[in-house]
Amino acid sequence: MTNMIQPGAIDCDIHPNVPSVAALLPYMEDHWREQVIVRGIDELASIAYPNNSPLTCRADWRPADGSLPASNLAQVRAQALDPFGTSVAIANCLYGVQLLFSEDMAAAYARAVNKWMAAEWLDREPRLRASIIVAPQNPELAVEEIERCAGDKRFVQVLLLVSGDLPLGKRQMWPIYAAAQRHGLAVGIHAGSNYHNPPTAVGWPSYYTEDYVSQAQAFQSQLTSLIAEGVFNKFPDLKMVFLESGFTWLPAHLWRLTKFWRGLRMEIPWVDRAPADIVRTNVRFSLQPVDGPPDRDSLLRIFDHLQSDELILFSTDYPHWQFDGSAAIPDGLPADLVRKMTHDNPRATYARLLETVA
Amino acid sequence: MNVQVRETPLVQATSKIAIADGDIHPARFKASEFDPWLDQKWRDRIALFGTRQRQPWQTGPAYPKGQPNASRRDAVPPEGGKQGSSLAFMQQQHLDPNNVALGILNPLGSGQGIQDVDLSVALCHATNEWQIAKWTGQDKRLKASVVVAYEDPIASAAEIRRYADNPDFVQVLLLSRTSEPLGSRKYWPIYEAAAEVGMPVGIHAFGYGGNPMTPAGFPSYYIEEMVGHSQAQQSLLASLVVEGVFARFPTLKMVMIEGGSAWAPALMWRLDAAWKRLKAETPHLTRLPSDYIRDHIWWTTQPMEEPEPRSHLADAIGWTGWDKFIFATDYPHWDYDDPATSLPLKISEAQRHDYFIGNAKRVYRGV
Repeated sequence: MTNMIQPGAIDCDIHPNVPSVAALLPYMEDHWREQVIVRGIDELASIAYPNNSPLTCRADWRPADGSLPASNLAQVRAQALDPFGTSVAIANCLYGVQLLFSEDMAAAYARAVNKWMAAEWLDREPRLRASIIVAPQNPELAVEEIERCAGDKRFVQVLLLVSGDLPLGKRQMWPIYAAAQRHGLAVGIHAGSNYHNPPTAVGWPSYYTEDYVSQAQAFQSQLTSLIAEGVFNKFPDLKMVFLESGFTWLPAHLWRLTKFWRGLRMEIPWVDRAPADIVRTNVRFSLQPVDGPPDRDSLLRIFDHLQSDELILFSTDYPHWQFDGSAAIPDGLPADLVRKMTHDNPRATYARLLETVA
Repeated sequence: MNVQVRETPLVQATSKIAIADGDIHPARFKASEFDPWLDQKWRDRIALFGTRQRQPWQTGPAYPKGQPNASRRDAVPPEGGKQGSSLAFMQQQHLDPNNVALGILNPLGSGQGIQDVDLSVALCHATNEWQIAKWTGQDKRLKASVVVAYEDPIASAAEIRRYADNPDFVQVLLLSRTSEPLGSRKYWPIYEAAAEVGMPVGIHAFGYGGNPMTPAGFPSYYIEEMVGHSQAQQSLLASLVVEGVFARFPTLKMVMIEGGSAWAPALMWRLDAAWKRLKAETPHLTRLPSDYIRDHIWWTTQPMEEPEPRSHLADAIGWTGWDKFIFATDYPHWDYDDPATSLPLKISEAQRHDYFIGNAKRVYRGV
């Protein structure tokens, strides 16, 4: 049987797509619109999700007309919102803004994507919320964009990619976290790289399969960085959400991190709580991809290893192909856990979901 | 962990059974110990230009360690020298009291990963001859690893075949952080030779391949490097499987050394899930990624993960397979695991035997 999702679920990770750069042009300043046109700048389509890869879009969600998946509202309503009884879905747009090498161009694209998101999606569909796209290439410019968008309460989160130029715990990044905490925004960290560094710690793999699998290792490294550098000591109210990260790796990672923290905490004396405690207060994980064991009992053991029913937030990862049919939640999870994932945990994570947005 | 001095061992029984130690680090008493096997030109090269690696320092590791030489403070031999540089003291402090019946030597800091590849080849060969002269020739409990200059796989394959018939060598040693992921076609001559001579390929954490230690650049702290070895190990294992090393070399065995192991189940689940979606890309794989891992990969145990409650550890070991673990101490390094305390689980005698020595005997040739 498939787990019944009670009406009103909050889907914390869907991916509306920019249909083409032409759609962004009306939202760009004159200078940048001219740059795009005169220079013939291509679509910012990241190699993290090759357009025709099976994982990039579930086959039955692929538009028959060959247009980009999830690039128009009617489709998103019919495929992502209505079938799951979703009350709110958080749109994480994966246009390749963070991949650019020019800080100014990245910031310009970020502004355009956010304006496009507000006008084309949020204004037209009250069930949608969105993440603020920023240019982490320059944290000052990122903070400017957060400040520009923060008044719009439909933006509930700041979005970063898991693999950029720097480990995310580094102090250069902290102005972004300060701005997010100041405005009650979560910081979402999504799978994907800017590909300025090799996508694994041992270099560039040959196959896309390795690239996608290695995203989980990137998340592990970033969790270590965020904890070791003391981000959550400095920003105790900040919630960080790992998106499309998988989570079955988390218990084993915390065991290892905790063991070395016991042995080496003299190096990072400001980390005065066990890593697992820090995760429980400050870090959350989206459900899909589950990357779970093949049997139900082992999956329940993993939830036992997590030692909390508050860490996982429901997500479909639409339109990425992580499950078939409406089986967005693995079979056999207890109803109260499902309820927490779909309703309670997202509300406890995203402060802005509790605010009225007229 | 720092060693605590106790009046009596915590668990008498486990300290008495014969054990294997899959990760012992022998050191040189002084650098000139390699000289008998190094041509003068290499000694001159080292004297003039040092042993440059893909990291910033002339000497010492990229990240300062937590302890001198990353080793136990009580492991300095009475005659002086680095920890692990005295066979007599290793016997007295570790091999005898822990009843180590089979100790696998994994020399680090020898010559692997040095940018001057010819020098790397020469130093690796010297390391191998030194292992016979100083260690395996003196104590039959000890077995050597063929240390190879893996960035020159052709030379590495020749070095492996050189020791094909020498029973003192039971493993080929690579480091984890190479210039390319270890599944890359570049390294396949190493695997071909290892499969041919019947030695498992051990992959030990560390090495300087020149890639940032995370996909988002270099982290700040030694603790991040240490925790990060398990991420490097996961990525290289995914590479080995997906690029088709085990499909091409069906008899090849590999041992993951000091990179942790509790991550293995989640990696297998993720690999299987991704491969089911993406297998059009890798038609050379005819089985689930997890099947290749179950058939070809073993793990050394140190540093043993320590979940609370400890019963969670039994889940992780069970998902990977009790037949896949090779006990290891990492002697004389600071994060040494004591055989008396490292596996605080109620398990059967058969499981305990396999874990402490039985599995090792099935992996390493002729032991």
